[in-house]
Amino acid sequence: MNELQKIENKTEKSGMQIFAELITELSSSTKTNDKLQSLVDYFAIAPDADKVWVIALFGGRRPRRAVNLRLMREWCLEIIDIPDWLFGECHHTVGDFSETLALLLAETKILEHQNESLSYYLEKFISLEKEDDSIKKKFIVESWQKMNPEEKFVFNKLITGSFRVGVSQKTIVNALSKVFNVSPSEIAHRISGNWDPLTTSFNDLLSESISVTDFSKPYPFYLAYAIDDKVENLGKPELWQAEWKWDGIRGQMIKRNHELFVWSRGEELMTDKFPEYFILKDLLPDGVVLDGEIIPSINGKPLPFAVLQTRIGRKNISKKQLQEAPISFFAYDLLEYNYEDWREKTLLERRKKLEEIISSFKSNSIRLSEKINFESWDELAEIRKRSRDKNSEGIMLKRKDSVYKVGRKRGDWWKWKIDPLTIDCVMVYAQKGSGRRSNLYTDYTFAVKDGDQLITFTKAYSGLTDKEFAEIDQFVKRNSLEKFGPVRTVKPQLVFEIAFEGIAASNRHKSGVALRFPRMNRWRKDKTADEINTLDDLKEMLKIYGKQIIL
Amino acid sequence: MPNLISFTDKGLFCEAGSFYIDPWLPVDRAVITHGHSDHARFGNQFYLCHKFTKPILELRLGKNNYQTLDWNETIFLSGVKISFHPAGHIIGSSQIRLEYKNEVWVISGDYKTEDDGISGKFEPVKCNVFITESTFGLPIYNWKPQQEIYNDMIDWISKNKENGKASILIAYSLGKSQRVLQALKETTQTIYAHGAIYNMQQNFIDAGWDLNRVVRITPETPKELLKETVVIAPPGAEGTSWMKKFYPYSIGVCSGWMKVRGNVRRRNVDAGFALSDHADWNSLLMTVKETGAEKVFVTHGFQSAFSRYLNEKNIALSAEVKTQFGYEDEETNSPLEIKNEEV
Repeated sequence: MNELQKIENKTEKSGMQIFAELITELSSSTKTNDKLQSLVDYFAIAPDADKVWVIALFGGRRPRRAVNLRLMREWCLEIIDIPDWLFGECHHTVGDFSETLALLLAETKILEHQNESLSYYLEKFISLEKEDDSIKKKFIVESWQKMNPEEKFVFNKLITGSFRVGVSQKTIVNALSKVFNVSPSEIAHRISGNWDPLTTSFNDLLSESISVTDFSKPYPFYLAYAIDDKVENLGKPELWQAEWKWDGIRGQMIKRNHELFVWSRGEELMTDKFPEYFILKDLLPDGVVLDGEIIPSINGKPLPFAVLQTRIGRKNISKKQLQEAPISFFAYDLLEYNYEDWREKTLLERRKKLEEIISSFKSNSIRLSEKINFESWDELAEIRKRSRDKNSEGIMLKRKDSVYKVGRKRGDWWKWKIDPLTIDCVMVYAQKGSGRRSNLYTDYTFAVKDGDQLITFTKAYSGLTDKEFAEIDQFVKRNSLEKFGPVRTVKPQLVFEIAFEGIAASNRHKSGVALRFPRMNRWRKDKTADEINTLDDLKEMLKIYGKQIIL
Repeated sequence: MPNLISFTDKGLFCEAGSFYIDPWLPVDRAVITHGHSDHARFGNQFYLCHKFTKPILELRLGKNNYQTLDWNETIFLSGVKISFHPAGHIIGSSQIRLEYKNEVWVISGDYKTEDDGISGKFEPVKCNVFITESTFGLPIYNWKPQQEIYNDMIDWISKNKENGKASILIAYSLGKSQRVLQALKETTQTIYAHGAIYNMQQNFIDAGWDLNRVVRITPETPKELLKETVVIAPPGAEGTSWMKKFYPYSIGVCSGWMKVRGNVRRRNVDAGFALSDHADWNSLLMTVKETGAEKVFVTHGFQSAFSRYLNEKNIALSAEVKTQFGYEDEETNSPLEIKNEEV
């Protein structure tokens, strides 16, 4: 094939085909630079409407699921004529529903290859949402028959869930920046905020003017890494500002054009979820953007994250919840003042203005996240030990002369978290993971001792190396006692140290406790199942650290 | 009458002929389907195998009491009639047909139905009882025609070249490597190989096979020579310092497991080629039907699913059997347990 033919072939490809190839490339490449290059290539040739959707999809915006998974499974079984249990076996082995469908349907005859764009399908999904199942079925089954296996996979993915291809928002931003020769922070700002891929054109999205008219648009967050060195090595203590690290939802509060917008770090507009904030629309000056923590608190003392969980995800908030879990905004930074971008000013300047703004009125809905006064690193280390009393996860360290950067950066901001709580327990159930852990038993349930019984109390699926997971997988396969669907019960033999950030009483769990952020800290090969902790140990921890909240 | 084959802790046992097929513990008389180490092991007093399998066994197990047969040739052991039939899995791989008192049993060993041009073309053998492998016995595993996969590999290699990278293909030294080299036959470039693969390839060439020659990589091989080349390496070399020499490179794994994206990602490699030397789902089903067997025992792989499917669809009366096969050529999901099962 000569070069010219190659190019012609490339341009003949449909938007969906190019997108399927992009996904295949992204999911198989292991290096960020390769991924970046794939995206750059994609943005250079894809149709404009498709680019808008790709930015939206990788930023976590997707149309609502138009088709029930159960139905998709039924339609697939009809086409290939296999029993339902066999689909189940395949699904457990593949670990991904969309891919299972695509593999099972790989052999179905291609009617005539359909050359449609990505945006065609996504718009079709949106219009299908309200249609009858029979119409949905016709569209989906026919589409399957007109696609190659790679397209079938992404088609199913678009309907069912998110693409986990290891592409961060940062990579997307860098790719766009490279293709359109605009600075990454500018791109990040332009593609954030409240826009609808259905009605936004690619030019609108990336054009300068749009950010002026979209008053809701947040700034990209500046995120800190955990400190991996001794704090003493950060230099003189007086160069640093210390704050408590709160366990809430990182958020941005925007007051512009007499309107209030609250964004989470996940770029979700959460304004309506927290009626407590409505009053701030009148109290805050116009043209202001604050960075802080969305957190429930009473008299300035934060409540545990579990309390916040009872609030988010609910459409209607009861009066009781408003009383028991009032949400506040703990402000710690100022990004915009008087419609002016303040991110390039020093933390010292920003903080001073922030304090001015917050102290100009009084409301329980917002407060200043307090600074910690300290003279020496030793003193700060002592203070840090009291983090749990404050319902804090530790300390944030920020250089006083630091500007507000974009994304996760090393150097000027650090998280200095407290050591987690730990408990030794034994693995009793295992389940196969998904994605890159498909067909490997990586999701485990753990138990502590209660007399001669074992009581399950938590699940965990992270914290081990691939090698350890492979080893445990072998153990599970050789030592399973029973099989319940995808779950296997295993001989209670492997002991793990589970680390967690908090503990709360719970009547949903048999053990009576719920853990925050449980993960496997290490595999205690040196311990036998007889040497694990007991339910009484857990209850003791609950007494000391537990927030007496009944979930 | 007892079954012609029983499943014992040493392996598949034919009591009437007093021999074992691919035993996993040392026995007096072993009939061997093919040369992979989970099927052909040390320590047997006597080995009966296909004539192409003998050089492989000699390379791996050294001098032993070997006797060979050609395909379709017949021998009697204590009154049991034995013949070998091509299984298409690797060079020399054979299905074993046993006939005794008007009953025919066929033990498939490992097999693939697509003709790769070197392993012999698979022939379904009529029988009453068929013992089949099921390494890829789920309907998610259906292979693309090999030529398409070969083309994908060649495209991948040229793309790597354009990007200034070497292409390292991970393939098991016995079987998969010969096939990959077969795929690259049309390309004109020199192909380099890890010592294990070089030895195996040379062994075949010495035995008279017309196969591609490969250049062995030694500590003395200059790095400059290896720039942008194609290298074949066994799975054991992956991720070791041996690979440093080829930097910058892309790694591609050739294995049926690469059909599932999660496996490619977990291996943390750049490309996966679902090139398998085992029968896919459709071929397994087709083969079972073509043997005309009324009873089918399903061994190593997805035995419970495949056997249940055969029963439910009334294709054959089927039961699953646990064996110790399935360690070597395609890394299996897990080592299988030893289990005594009288069927």
